[in-house]
Amino acid sequence: MKFETVIGLEVHVELATASKMFCGCSTSFGAAANSQVCPICLGMPGVLPVVNQEAVQLALKTAVAFHCQIAAVCRFARKSYFYPDLPKNYQISQYEEPLATGGWLEISGQRIRIRRIHLEEDAGKLIHPEQDQTYSLIDFNRTGIPLMEIVTEPDLRSPEAAVEFLQRLRQNLRYLRVSDCSMEEGSLRCDANISVRREGQPGLGVKVEVKNLNSFKSVRKALLFEASRQTRLLIEGKPFRQETRLWNENLGITESMRGKEQAHDYRYFPEPDLVPLRFEAGVTASLKTEVVELPQARRERLIKDYGLSSYEAEVLTAEKEVADYFEEAVRYYPQPRMVANWIMGDLAGLLREKKCAINQQPVTAEMLGELARMVHDGKITMTAAKDVLRETFNTGKHPALVVQERNLVQIDDASAVKTVVDQVIAENPKAWADFLAGTDKAIGFLIGQVMRKTRGRANPRKVEELIRGYRHGK
Amino acid sequence: MKQQVKYLAELARIALTEQELAGLEQDLEKILDYVSQLEKIETTGVEPTYHVVPMTNVWRQDKVEASLSTEKALANAPERHGNFFKVPRVI
Repeated sequence: MKFETVIGLEVHVELATASKMFCGCSTSFGAAANSQVCPICLGMPGVLPVVNQEAVQLALKTAVAFHCQIAAVCRFARKSYFYPDLPKNYQISQYEEPLATGGWLEISGQRIRIRRIHLEEDAGKLIHPEQDQTYSLIDFNRTGIPLMEIVTEPDLRSPEAAVEFLQRLRQNLRYLRVSDCSMEEGSLRCDANISVRREGQPGLGVKVEVKNLNSFKSVRKALLFEASRQTRLLIEGKPFRQETRLWNENLGITESMRGKEQAHDYRYFPEPDLVPLRFEAGVTASLKTEVVELPQARRERLIKDYGLSSYEAEVLTAEKEVADYFEEAVRYYPQPRMVANWIMGDLAGLLREKKCAINQQPVTAEMLGELARMVHDGKITMTAAKDVLRETFNTGKHPALVVQERNLVQIDDASAVKTVVDQVIAENPKAWADFLAGTDKAIGFLIGQVMRKTRGRANPRKVEELIRGYRHGK
Repeated sequence: MKQQVKYLAELARIALTEQELAGLEQDLEKILDYVSQLEKIETTGVEPTYHVVPMTNVWRQDKVEASLSTEKALANAPERHGNFFKVPRVI
């Protein structure tokens, strides 16, 4: 018998605002505990929350990018529950009238429907010390940070598809500059609803909500575990109930959250401290002009306009900054595939080595274009160019200047190269004899010696031709 | 009705004695009775009054303002540990 996994996601994204959702406290990550709190986000009596306009703007932009309907009127609601990370004992959220509904995001040619997008506030961070199990500690800096919740329809059919959706979602949100979506810093978090049914069965199986998914890897592992757990129960004919389970990363299993179920009665009611948000009929059209070209469209355009492979386009559009850099470099030196190779190869290597982003290092797109041009024009060799790139990356010196300072201009003069080749042959009689005797490997050594003597300024292909020519000549 | 009062008390984290429970049960019954009169009014097509002020889109610019000092923020904490609020274990 075949089974089918059905998954829907609830994704929480911290919006990239400077201040919190309802007060002026900073949202910056990593500050000392309880240093970014005020009477409003601490839930003191008698205070009044005021909506951060930028947070609304970012959520609207997201809604438009994902083809959602923006509500004419939306309201905030109180979601009541008791937990120490929530000082007011309610969370300001949206319930019956969310900001937007009914959109989609495409993964691998399939549209995953988005049910709704709404705004709310984040809760504080709890720490449970290991050495003493009697108490917990609270840092309220995160309390009140604008949170956007994106809920999908149950359209995903495998843990892999769920991860792909999350990665695409993250990529899009980063393009939109709506959030930095850092899973390590908790600015992108995800809960998953998962059920299993017999293939072809109408309706859905019993649904389990899985929480505590802190990385793409844990999303995949937790959903794989949960799908096989449910499938086994179905095969064995053991009934199970709808519940919330926590992913235990250390044990690699999901665990029932027994005893915490009763609090699911949230008694939502309209937030009396906030008036509704009303959006003009033309809001979608005017926001469309603010939505940048998104990854999928950009991938397709890079393939079409620059003749890139789909792999190259995928790598170059992973981050907006890289795609921007590529297109700018191509403007300086219109050989797209060569520029792509430089970015994906040596520059990417340097970025990984120094752990920095492409817009946080000194090699400008113009410099990279110039470097590629110098290689193409035969001014410097590829070997020299790699060194030049490293020096520019480390010092910020323009490649043209590095080439000049270090005298790296390729030796064009055939007789000059020949002189060095002769010298190398004379100095390495054994390698030369090996080569003449038919050990082809030996030529690599000889070429290497020539390159060393010329500090990379000879064209290795020409050197090889010259050496081989000698053999034939003799 | 008694079950409902118990449930509500639990949700609101209020501990009630049997005596209080009985009293509240009666009170709640009266309140619901009173409110149920309103249900007789024909409200089809009438928009619910979420707010008495006819305002929309009240918002602020995204500007960081001064927060409380950590000392002030923690002044009313039942217990503290360094710069953290300290509470009984909740996991």
